[in-house]
Amino acid sequence: MNVVEAIDLRRTYKTTTGTIRRRSLEVEAVRGVSFSIAEGELFGLLGPNGASKTTTIKMLITLLIPTSGEARVLGHDVVKDARWVRQRIGYVFGGDRGLYERLSALDNLRYFAELYGVEPRKQKPRIQELLDLVGLAGREKERVEGYSRGMRQRLHIARGLLHDPPVVFLDEPTIGVDPVGARELRATIASLTASGKTVLLTTHYMFEADALCDRIAVIADGQIVAQGTPQELKAGVADESVVEVEVFGVEEASVERVKALEGVRAVTIEEREQKQLLIVQTAPGLELTHAILSQLNGTSVGRVSSREPTLEDAYVQLVTAV
Amino acid sequence: MLHTLRMIRIGWILQLKTMARSGFDVMQAVVTPIVYASIAFFLYRRGGGAETLLWVSLGAAFMGLWASTLWGAGNTIQRQRSQQTLEFTIASPTPFLVSLIGTSLASSTVGLYSLVATLAWGRLLFGVPLELAHPFLFALSLPAAVLSLGLLGIVMAAMLILYRYAYALANMLEYPIWLAAGLLAPIALLPDWVHPISYALAPTWGARAVRESVLGGSPLFAIGMCLALAAVYLVIGYFFVRNFEQLARKRATLALS
Repeated sequence: MNVVEAIDLRRTYKTTTGTIRRRSLEVEAVRGVSFSIAEGELFGLLGPNGASKTTTIKMLITLLIPTSGEARVLGHDVVKDARWVRQRIGYVFGGDRGLYERLSALDNLRYFAELYGVEPRKQKPRIQELLDLVGLAGREKERVEGYSRGMRQRLHIARGLLHDPPVVFLDEPTIGVDPVGARELRATIASLTASGKTVLLTTHYMFEADALCDRIAVIADGQIVAQGTPQELKAGVADESVVEVEVFGVEEASVERVKALEGVRAVTIEEREQKQLLIVQTAPGLELTHAILSQLNGTSVGRVSSREPTLEDAYVQLVTAV
Repeated sequence: MLHTLRMIRIGWILQLKTMARSGFDVMQAVVTPIVYASIAFFLYRRGGGAETLLWVSLGAAFMGLWASTLWGAGNTIQRQRSQQTLEFTIASPTPFLVSLIGTSLASSTVGLYSLVATLAWGRLLFGVPLELAHPFLFALSLPAAVLSLGLLGIVMAAMLILYRYAYALANMLEYPIWLAAGLLAPIALLPDWVHPISYALAPTWGARAVRESVLGGSPLFAIGMCLALAAVYLVIGYFFVRNFEQLARKRATLALS
């Protein structure tokens, strides 16, 4: 049974430019997104910043009305049956906002427990259970304004689970959290599907999607560009190879020349303190290392290596092809 | 119904806690009524007797109560939007109106302090006598006034759900309502066309109920009007919140970005 269904979802925003001569613009943020999530599945929506992951999730959780298309949660339309859907979903947004700063974690949870209709006699044990789950027990009486980002994020998760929803939407829940905290959060997320919940996770961390998700949809520029299991997506680039070149102050023109080489599928640059890592994905059966280096003449080059493609490479190729 | 009452109660308590924890909010709540009371006393102390001064001081108290309601209505939604709790609250299964009632009533409750502060200030500095003509009806008129002002606050807060910058408009309403509601001068002195506006405003009837309870008269009608207006505001608030929430979801104005 499909628990979450998005059918040709579209969302257009109206915006204006100029101060005196105002001009109305229509921006099509989500352009025909379709996917479905089965019961108990952990589904990843993967995409770069601005790909419309959050807009898509906001339509599914009833916060935005789609311009066209349909979305259903547990068989109910998110526009027509918004209240019914709201009772059965939980959602967690990334970042350190979204909590009542001047109140304690306990007050925040008490308030949201009431908002979500948790029975009064069940509120106290449920809040304690969740505080234990997210590791905030003992700190619950402190004001949220004094919490670290990781603590806020864990409080968000507790808030989203107060009413024990069967469907949980997590929008970049580990963003900005330190590595240890992020690892703990990922363990918590994994435990959600273990307890039978259906989860939609948006992230732009490949390893996170790879480690957690049963299936992934890659979204770029408001469209789904690929869907499948992490293995299936990796298989799309399995026969390719990746050349990594350490460079120091590489110029844009050199990168463009590398991109123009025949057999080059995608080029990305990762900043690494004083140097950059040029990652070049190449077509199967081609040895392009020398050709790449020849296009970098004039640039200081460090270590050069080649490796097998990862899910990240598959993702980069998919989103840069749009 | 029980859930609604619990929700209003917790919203009221937590809003009061939130306000009490902000030095700025506390200072504003403490100082504003004293400033208003001083202005009113200085304006009227030469020309008026003890009864006039008491009439004016009760009007000044309602200036503070109205300011608190207006500030609360504007600030609650704006603060929720800036700390991104507005979306979380709206996307919960509880109708947003219910959570709004608790927070709006909290602002009006804080405004009650302005009544106490104004009367105490008047007594201490200007020797304004304080004798209640109808103590029981005075005790009845206060919650009726707080309720009607609080629910009027909801009507204004509802506009802020849709319009991100409507708080500027809400702030502009502070002074005209003082005049229209007859807080500083009797409504009879205002042009006829203003009267219907005056009679539709909770501060008009709230101030009249309290004044007639203190100075003598028949405050029951004014108390009844407070309650009737509260019911009308609740109905208007219900439709405003429902429709504006729907429009905000369509226009994507719930979040700041």
